[in-house]
Amino acid sequence: MRLISTLSILMTLAGAPAMADWQATLDAARGQTVYWNAWGGDARTNAFIEWVGEQTEERYGVAITHVRLSDTAEAVTRVISERAAGRDSGGSVDLIWINGPNFLAMKEQGLLFGPFVGDLPNAQFVDLEPPAPAALDFTVPVEGMESPWRLARFVFNYDSARVDAPPRDMAAFVAWAAANPGRVTHPAPSNFMGATFLKQALIELAPDRAVLLEPASDAAFAQQIAPLWAWYDALRPNLWRGGETFPENESVQQQLLNDGEIDIAMSFDPASAAAAIAQGLLPDTARVFVPEGGTIGNISFVAIPYNAANAEGAQVVANFLLDPMVQARMQNIEVLGAFSVLDPARLDAAARAAFAALPTAPALPNLEDLGPTLPEPHASWMTRLTEEWARRYTR
Amino acid sequence: MGKALHKVTTAFADGRGLRAAVLVTVALGLVLPIAAGLWQTTRAGLGVLPAIGATELSLRPFVDLIALPGFSSALRLTLVTGLVASALSLVLAVGVCAAMHGRISPRASGRLLTPFLAAPHAAMAIGLVFLLSPSGWIARALAPLAGWDRPPLWASVNDPAGFALILGLMVKEVPFLLLVILSALSQIPLRQHLAAGRSLGYGRGIVWIKVIMPQVWPLIRLPVMVVLAYSLSVVDMALILGPSHPPTLAVLLLRLFTAPDIAMLLLASAGALMQALLVAAAFALLWVLERVGRAIGRWWVRRGGRRSSVEPGLWLATGLAALLFAAGALAMLSLLIWSLAWRWSWPGMLPESWSLRAWSTPGGGWAAALGNTVILAAATTAVSLALAIAWLEGEDRARRARSGWAEALIYLPLLVPQIGFLFGLNVLFLRLGLSGGYLAVIWAQALFVFPYVMIALSDPWRALDPRLARAAGSLGAGPWRRLFTIKLPVLMTPILTAAAIGIAVSVAQYLPTLFMGAGRIATLTTEAVTLSSASDRRVTGVYATLQTVLPFAAYGAAFLIPALVHRNRRALLPGGAT
Repeated sequence: MRLISTLSILMTLAGAPAMADWQATLDAARGQTVYWNAWGGDARTNAFIEWVGEQTEERYGVAITHVRLSDTAEAVTRVISERAAGRDSGGSVDLIWINGPNFLAMKEQGLLFGPFVGDLPNAQFVDLEPPAPAALDFTVPVEGMESPWRLARFVFNYDSARVDAPPRDMAAFVAWAAANPGRVTHPAPSNFMGATFLKQALIELAPDRAVLLEPASDAAFAQQIAPLWAWYDALRPNLWRGGETFPENESVQQQLLNDGEIDIAMSFDPASAAAAIAQGLLPDTARVFVPEGGTIGNISFVAIPYNAANAEGAQVVANFLLDPMVQARMQNIEVLGAFSVLDPARLDAAARAAFAALPTAPALPNLEDLGPTLPEPHASWMTRLTEEWARRYTR
Repeated sequence: MGKALHKVTTAFADGRGLRAAVLVTVALGLVLPIAAGLWQTTRAGLGVLPAIGATELSLRPFVDLIALPGFSSALRLTLVTGLVASALSLVLAVGVCAAMHGRISPRASGRLLTPFLAAPHAAMAIGLVFLLSPSGWIARALAPLAGWDRPPLWASVNDPAGFALILGLMVKEVPFLLLVILSALSQIPLRQHLAAGRSLGYGRGIVWIKVIMPQVWPLIRLPVMVVLAYSLSVVDMALILGPSHPPTLAVLLLRLFTAPDIAMLLLASAGALMQALLVAAAFALLWVLERVGRAIGRWWVRRGGRRSSVEPGLWLATGLAALLFAAGALAMLSLLIWSLAWRWSWPGMLPESWSLRAWSTPGGGWAAALGNTVILAAATTAVSLALAIAWLEGEDRARRARSGWAEALIYLPLLVPQIGFLFGLNVLFLRLGLSGGYLAVIWAQALFVFPYVMIALSDPWRALDPRLARAAGSLGAGPWRRLFTIKLPVLMTPILTAAAIGIAVSVAQYLPTLFMGAGRIATLTTEAVTLSSASDRRVTGVYATLQTVLPFAAYGAAFLIPALVHRNRRALLPGGAT
């Protein structure tokens, strides 16, 4: 009895006001249309966003209009120009699919609404304590200003019909390429996938990994980068076409894998191999592997601009995206195949069962197969790395 | 009022008003944008672009551009690919003409050349990539013979030296130059000169080089310059077939123009100026070569030398050209097959499984792109055709031949590298609020469509029998009635052919559509080029096939419509008695 009353007091102190706030948000959101600005280049993602809109409209009376962007920076520019024009409320952008440099720019310039993530009921299923992946975005603390929705993990795709034992870690690529000259390459580092390949190697090879999370100073850069160049100089002569030229992006690289010109390609989506097989774009024998120590991962977030006209509706959408059933559907290879951002340890039995019941494909790895998620280095490392690479290896 | 109107109609009737209208349209619509575009590009190249807060005049953009990693390689690559492709194309075209002329009818050669002229550069390049790449058709055909279980380690496309790009340019340029030379040959007394040369004891090939070519050259100089300017500044083919690390100058500039860092616009503008200077330098080189060639040629002609034979060279040129044509035809065929494939993996010569899926989803994008392409092609061709007819009719009424400067004016848009003025023009259009709309794209495309329409229509127009119009006039028909009831119907075949050429040129435009449409107006060409760096060759095949089919359909219509309309007018049928 006493226990119950203590609990109820605790509820009144902590839980109830939050619940009451959320009910207020739901009430305010009803009838709103959320303009979700999101990259529109992927048909499956577009279809998923459409489904989310149908669901939120049915359940909460919140409709979604997907504003298809070719580059997220477009939405950022729109908010900046609205502020320049003095439009501090009633803005045209309600929700942005965002991460990395765009988030940093908006956060630094005070263009974001929030913090709001802690108030979302479904945030309880996410680990938001740094250094958890959902708490840091390219090393920038999220601090509740953007809400996670899908996980991106750097993985390698390979053709198991031609490769028995893919390299175990980045260092092993040198020996593997020497034994299989011309059968591996990476996209040009001016492309983010090519840069990620180099960053993955940097993380594995750097003498002090922790320094990578700080902004890169001249001395630190020179010190941490030296092993990377030694590794790359040994690897490059055995790359596809002698490391003289590189595919433009990961799509071209996947085409090369499909054509059999190379044996290993890379992706930021662990489900990409399975999805490509289903579309007839990779042989049935394509599989995924990751280096033993884990790979770089980053999370896609949604953020709400400070002047959003429908901020309540946007929060409802952000919360709905974190619903375990929605996340399970998103992870379904037949729907989207994007990995969930939820912490499995925080899920109840029903939710775990939903994830366990997802259809599998031979080329689809389990989350456990992917090993630990390594944080992105601070953005300055990537800038310096690609510039230095261009200086060293462009004739 | 009535009097004034009468005055105006008289002015148009004797051609003065018409010519004034054409002159103003050409000056405002064609010369002004190019000049203004070049001016804006020059300002930005010298550090002045107020839109991004750059106001200080300096050479800094040039210095920064030259300091970019790989810049000198890009410059060298551009020069080598552009000059070699142009020179080889010219040599092959002349060789083929010398070897084949008289052995194959003009109609047959026209039929042979048309598909290669009609196929857009981007589609041809995409097809050639599949044909030539280490996992492509040629390698697949060789694989069983050579015992390859994996694609060979060739660098046969996107090669650092740019050979694939040279080959791709030649597939498009040899047919163009062949057509140009064939049309020039009809203007000189070829048969008599050949007979005279041979009766003096010279071989066929030598007569061609010593007697015919010196007469043909002045007639084809401008088209050769067009080829040279194009090869040095091509963007779409270089993106698809050329190396990427470093790319050619034009591709490097496109990357800089579209870089997220807007300060790069200054470097890109400086590069666009360099591109223009590069083309100017190539023209100067051509001029010097012409002088030197003339001196050597005179000495060579005087020296005689009846025993020397160039026949093997001619047959070699013909053989190489035939290989080029075969490569082009296979490339186009491969596009169609890819669009119908499901899985087509190494080393199969044909797909393992077929599917119509790429075609069955027009909502996925190709329907919209096709619609845009058709709208743009129709609008630009209509505008260009109207202007060309007005221009030619104005010349007729003035009874004057075209002056040299007018001829140069027509060629102007083809001689200035596109990237040199399109960016500046876009800045201008942005300020006028025109950018990103259909009007801007139509205008920019018409700059390139009009010259080809004009060139294609000029010769047939002049060849029209003047007695027809005179007879009509003596029966009381005024100038407008003579134009609409006599000239245009009689000239239906060449007008439709010019329209087909206009459509082909419009469909193939990449850079003007991309820049002026601000990336928002997707055409088959812009989508095909974008998709060429994606992972689904089957979808790319759909776009590239449609891109090729559209000009083919236009040429087909240009052939069929007169055949139907004039089915009871033998002398007006294509290729009929004239």
